[in-house]
Amino acid sequence: MSVETQVDETSPSGLLSPVLSAFWDEAEPWTMATYRRHGGYSAVRKALEMDPDDLIAYVKDAGLRGRGGAGFPTGMKWQFIPQGDDKPHYLVVNADESEPGTCKDIPLLFANPHSLVEGIVIACHAIRSSHAFIYLRGEAVPVLRRLHEAVREAYQEGYLGKDALGPGRDLELTVHAGAGAYICGEETALLDSLEGRRGQPRLRPPFPAVAGLYACPTVVNNVESIASVPALIERGKEWFRSMGSEKSPGFTLYSLSGHVARPGQYEAPLGITMRQLLDATGGMRPGHRLKFWTPGGSSTPMLTDEHLDTPLDYEGVGAAGSMLGTKALQCFDETTCVVRAVTRWTEFYAHESCGKCTPCREGTYWLVQLLRDVEAGKASRDDLAKIEDIADNVNGKSFCALGDGAAAPIFSSMKFFREEYEQHVTGGGCPFDPAHSTAWADRPGSAHLEVNA
Amino acid sequence: MTDASKETAREGAGAAPSPEPPILGIPKMPPPDYPPEVRERLTADAKEIVARYPDSRSALLPLLHLVQSEEGHVTRTGQRFCAETLGLTTAEVNAVATFYTMYRRKPSGDYQVGVCTNTLCAVLGGDAIFERLQEHLGVGNSETTEDGKVTLEHIECNAACDYAPVVMVNWEFFDNQTPDSATELVDELRAGSRVEPTRGAPLCTFKETARILAGFPDTREGAVEASGGAGHASLAGLRLAKGEAPPAGERVVAPRDAEEGE
Repeated sequence: MSVETQVDETSPSGLLSPVLSAFWDEAEPWTMATYRRHGGYSAVRKALEMDPDDLIAYVKDAGLRGRGGAGFPTGMKWQFIPQGDDKPHYLVVNADESEPGTCKDIPLLFANPHSLVEGIVIACHAIRSSHAFIYLRGEAVPVLRRLHEAVREAYQEGYLGKDALGPGRDLELTVHAGAGAYICGEETALLDSLEGRRGQPRLRPPFPAVAGLYACPTVVNNVESIASVPALIERGKEWFRSMGSEKSPGFTLYSLSGHVARPGQYEAPLGITMRQLLDATGGMRPGHRLKFWTPGGSSTPMLTDEHLDTPLDYEGVGAAGSMLGTKALQCFDETTCVVRAVTRWTEFYAHESCGKCTPCREGTYWLVQLLRDVEAGKASRDDLAKIEDIADNVNGKSFCALGDGAAAPIFSSMKFFREEYEQHVTGGGCPFDPAHSTAWADRPGSAHLEVNA
Repeated sequence: MTDASKETAREGAGAAPSPEPPILGIPKMPPPDYPPEVRERLTADAKEIVARYPDSRSALLPLLHLVQSEEGHVTRTGQRFCAETLGLTTAEVNAVATFYTMYRRKPSGDYQVGVCTNTLCAVLGGDAIFERLQEHLGVGNSETTEDGKVTLEHIECNAACDYAPVVMVNWEFFDNQTPDSATELVDELRAGSRVEPTRGAPLCTFKETARILAGFPDTREGAVEASGGAGHASLAGLRLAKGEAPPAGERVVAPRDAEEGE
């Protein structure tokens, strides 16, 4: 991450801006040696010379917003930590990436874990914390290996451990593997889980900034948010603000997946459009058309090809009736049955509902029963109304955002594809052949014969 | 050592079934303990885990991974060990152990084969892969092959959507799978061949994986380096930014309504 590289040398179309991903194609990008060769660990020197409050103000001025879904300003989150309270402060990095469609933090940590470690050191200086945690989802063992190694290297080099933040200011970093629970991506459930309990959300207030881990002031930040801090410090807030918009400045990882010609990670300034991204990457798979897509995982209301020119930033996607979320751009073409897609997502939410509150626990269960009936052609029109009614009773009435997330695909798909639901009801089943939507459906020699799903 | 404690020690080692049938389905309390040598070894590991946290209870999740690395699933003996280590009741430990899907509750295979059947992978072929594997292995969801090698299950989104459809074996990534490739994969696992994931290290057993999850780094030579820096999809954006031409494909398609008019 050297000062001069990459950002001005964007792709031929000027669309992309690799920062965190700028050297992932090196032989061993995860090592400290490679990271340093690209300017790594120079931001931390700068940051440690700054007064913590000035550092917080700097990150706030830069306008960095949370990359985990909600988009809350990172600097403001840090500022909420009370100072001079004589309590330990904690930084907890949310690496529990589990939102369906979301696949940015895992490749980021696999290829460039030191950007996170350096960001953690800087953030701990800012919030005056001497112990940070990385809560990594357990189902990503290859990433866990590289985090163990990166943290070991950082201790060895003195970026962590005794006097890491200056004389008398130690810093411990603990890598903690979760055990399989989507709900632990919710920050208060994550904290309960990190305390050795069932991962169930807490009532707020008090917010984690006041009473988080062990009831102490705690900042919970997404991996990408913290990993973006070193580049921001190193190259300056003006540079950071030169990308994106006034309210959504900076660069970010967009994760393109599904029926596209070239799925993958695309790091670009906030605010590019889906049309630009698809145009630059070869579009949908040959011979097919985009039917629906999610801007930021399954919990963000789906959009269609009417929304291709929506700027993919917090305000733009919000204005289109959805949320930027995790920038997980899952694209489905015309071979995909929207009822099948939504039913599967709903099964996911029912499976992952923590059971703490009734609307979510019961609502997601009944939504699955009804949606399965629709998919199988056993439902009536009344059932469609019932689905909307139940979704309405889950949405906004649940303890945490999982309930809202469960309702989002249902409401949005009913809005754009109501006729497809009705077709299932009146036509006695699903008019789609799942064999046509597989990754190998259009390969030479594939006669769609091997699939009988 | 009394006869009773010898029996319970055997059960703790996973060697023999409980001598008495449970009454009304409730197993006899307290659960059997580990044999002394196992307990001693695990106690040393547990001490290291507990030391990582300001509050000992935070060690519960890694400790459950640790006891899973001993027996391949979380037994009542393992739960008792966690409870005694942390000063909790076995009920408190059980409440946590049963909440998280990665803790197995019955004896299972050396290789846990998880097929992602969340929407995106399912649509791109995960459903077909899962169906083929069930047929091929003759087992259903969460069931283990007779040779004790493979436990098949469907899993939720594993953060690899740009490599869909994805299969995980002991939580290493097998990207861009097909029914044929997945069938070959499980055959190799059952034959005991060395199997390397697309992203991750050459496979170790489920128990060994659980130990890494407990926070003990993988000490095998080359494990961290294995499979290189980043997968092909992770590099798609960087390569494009460096001027590599995108593949010849279709441009973004016209709005739905325009189809007939074209």
